[in-house]
Amino acid sequence: MYAFLLAPLAAGLLLLAATAAYAADDQNPLAHDPKAAKAGEYEFRINCALCHGLGAHGGGRGPDLTRAQKKHAHSDAELFQVISNGIPGTVMPANGTNGQGVGMTDDEIWQIITYIRSVEVKAPARPVGSAAHGKDLFYGDANCSLCHMVEGKGGRVGPELTGVGGSRTRDAIIDSVRNPSRRLAWGLTESTKEFPQEYETITVVTADGKQIKGVALNEDNFSVQMMDSSENIYLLEKDKLKSFQKSRESLMPVYPPEVLSDKDLDDIVAYLVSVGAK
Amino acid sequence: MTRWRICTSLLVTSFVCALLAAHARAQVSFERLLNSGKEPQNWLTYSGDYSGRRFSTLDQVNAANAHALTAKWVYQTGATGKLETTPLVVDGILYATAQDDRAFALDARTGRPIWMYQHPLPNDIRPCCGHVNRGLAILGDKVFLGTLDAHVIALDSKTGNVIWDAVAAEYQKGYSFTVAPLAVKNLIVIGVSGGEYGVRGFIDAYDAATGARQWRFYTVPGPGEPGHETWEGDSWKIGGAPAWNTGAYDAVTNQIFWPTGNPSPSNRGEGRAGDNLYSNTLLSLNADTGKMNWYFQFTKHDEHDWDATQVPVMIDLGKPDSGGKHVIAQANRNGFFYVIDRTSGQLLSANAYGKTTWSDSRDSDGRPVAKKEASPTLEGHTVCPGALGTTNFMAPTYDPQTALFYVTARDQCDIFSTAPQPYEAGHAYYGSAYFPSEEAEPYRGFLKAIDPATGEIKRKFEHTSPTWSGLLSTKGGLVFTGDAEGNFIALDAASGKPLWHFQMGGAVYAAPIAFAVDGKEYIAIAAGSAIYAFGLP
Repeated sequence: MYAFLLAPLAAGLLLLAATAAYAADDQNPLAHDPKAAKAGEYEFRINCALCHGLGAHGGGRGPDLTRAQKKHAHSDAELFQVISNGIPGTVMPANGTNGQGVGMTDDEIWQIITYIRSVEVKAPARPVGSAAHGKDLFYGDANCSLCHMVEGKGGRVGPELTGVGGSRTRDAIIDSVRNPSRRLAWGLTESTKEFPQEYETITVVTADGKQIKGVALNEDNFSVQMMDSSENIYLLEKDKLKSFQKSRESLMPVYPPEVLSDKDLDDIVAYLVSVGAK
Repeated sequence: MTRWRICTSLLVTSFVCALLAAHARAQVSFERLLNSGKEPQNWLTYSGDYSGRRFSTLDQVNAANAHALTAKWVYQTGATGKLETTPLVVDGILYATAQDDRAFALDARTGRPIWMYQHPLPNDIRPCCGHVNRGLAILGDKVFLGTLDAHVIALDSKTGNVIWDAVAAEYQKGYSFTVAPLAVKNLIVIGVSGGEYGVRGFIDAYDAATGARQWRFYTVPGPGEPGHETWEGDSWKIGGAPAWNTGAYDAVTNQIFWPTGNPSPSNRGEGRAGDNLYSNTLLSLNADTGKMNWYFQFTKHDEHDWDATQVPVMIDLGKPDSGGKHVIAQANRNGFFYVIDRTSGQLLSANAYGKTTWSDSRDSDGRPVAKKEASPTLEGHTVCPGALGTTNFMAPTYDPQTALFYVTARDQCDIFSTAPQPYEAGHAYYGSAYFPSEEAEPYRGFLKAIDPATGEIKRKFEHTSPTWSGLLSTKGGLVFTGDAEGNFIALDAASGKPLWHFQMGGAVYAAPIAFAVDGKEYIAIAAGSAIYAFGLP
């Protein structure tokens, strides 16, 4: 096979399938069954782990499902509906709409739910950080808002972060602050393209000798669309440039603990989680 | 007595003769397919001819004027998803397919539709990777379509009316067709998809006139057949080895060369110990009987979903009087470029053409052998190439002028992790999961030019991101490709430098063709949801 997940395609398809509600039981018939949890683990690997990570701890685009508090579903029946029908407006596809057959059976979905319940962190997450102080830092001394926007307020050069607290794990957010180049954020996705654009750093010298450095909004073999740190957009043809360089070294500065303490970072994450959970 | 002699002897009007002539041209005989090189204005098979070279001898569009290419027409199919079709062109009419098994005929000069056929698909089909179709075959006055519910259908080439409809297998068990069939003699040869459902793969041949099946070659041998011993227990019954890409035909030896895909489950070898013949194999079959002449298995006991379904390309290396060889070459999904003697099936060379980590030794035939450590584990570990392979279904091209084999390639590594699951008929059966490796380098996409005589990569063009585009080379000294960002690109075949591009607005998953109408050359390709045709002003 040559399968791969066309996330935006799947997101589009799920809109079509959203009305195909499954007649789910209210209760998971396989709840607490260790055998079902094991089978569910394997089904999870095949169907879910690409986004939600091995062990359900979250991946690059799927939230950490080991958190007891979930944004889109609380009861088993709600989880069943989310897996069956997807989440409109997100890349979470409806079961059976990724172009690969008819999807999982009801039993397999229940197995996955049993597995997710088996790996959930039962105790409430320890209170981490002060969201109020985090907001002050985000818009103040930490300078996050110079580049990032939350709820309509902030800069444009970096990724918009309103939903990040609800879709990314706490560890992933912390890692992206401490090591911003380790995994570049995704930007624009195009409907039939396999990979989304990433926040790569572009440096060009134009025909008249002007150097421009910024983030890629989009790029193909012959053109690049980019934004500099002053939020100017440049639309450039590569063959008309004196030089073109692309780097996976993020424009975002590294925030080591001596610049942003663990406590302050916890507060910023708490702020993002509080916004993302809305 | 030929029609022409009837015309001259009976002194019938020139109008009637013209009608007869037009009728004669409308019939695509096996002889025309065999001698497709004599009518370069037409594109008569998936690869343009039986050799699989996807090379056009048209040269009106060439390296000197390619910069002036311009769009001539666009046909919107209305379909969504990946458009993988290769059109056929016969005497001014273009025939192609789109997603969900629709077929259509267009005026090749204008793109205006003549007819459209939509196969009524059930709701519970089992495609592996999208509702795709890679094209039609044509023979006589019919075009032939394989469908996602495992039908083979003959359509009247003038109207799109169904002439016959043969059911090849139970789609409910995961069988489907996505391949462009190949017409050979009076037969329509077609290979099945379904390697993700535990099907038992096969290649079929149908009588083009009636739809009666003439032969079937099971790509997984049954009890008592040679190769059956390469399967553990009853694993052969659900062994996969589909045959979902179009093969080649050698009229001199009457051999059909057809490649096969992964064993099932695709990424888990436990339970199917052995080489798993004839998965990931190039088969040489007698065209008349479907009996096997020889086989060459590229990846034994595959655990990485490395289907060997890439188009095999017949090449004649060197001059026959100086020890030249009739070979068949394949850039394989497993990252190696294989050259095989097409008379004997003997391996002549295998050279890596992309990033590979799975093999560091050879067997006595010179075949790369998998390292034990390359097997997927429960915890998962990184192997290159990844599950999508160094290349995949995208059609390569061989240019006899540069004597180079051009292929779309990618460098991507994946984490392979097993995920045992029971077999259930009609249900996806992977036995595994794979994930992009975060530790690996960013994915890179290329067009690579390989010298088949040495395996050396002579030049490469790096794309912004990996592409799924097939390729076309022409006598005009050009190689055409598309990219994931929607560009259609003409490159100088000799230097590999881009000479022209056009932004089509949708990613390319198809391969280009060349044809001519009224003496004007066109280059066509599918992208996004549309078919595009380009020509000189």
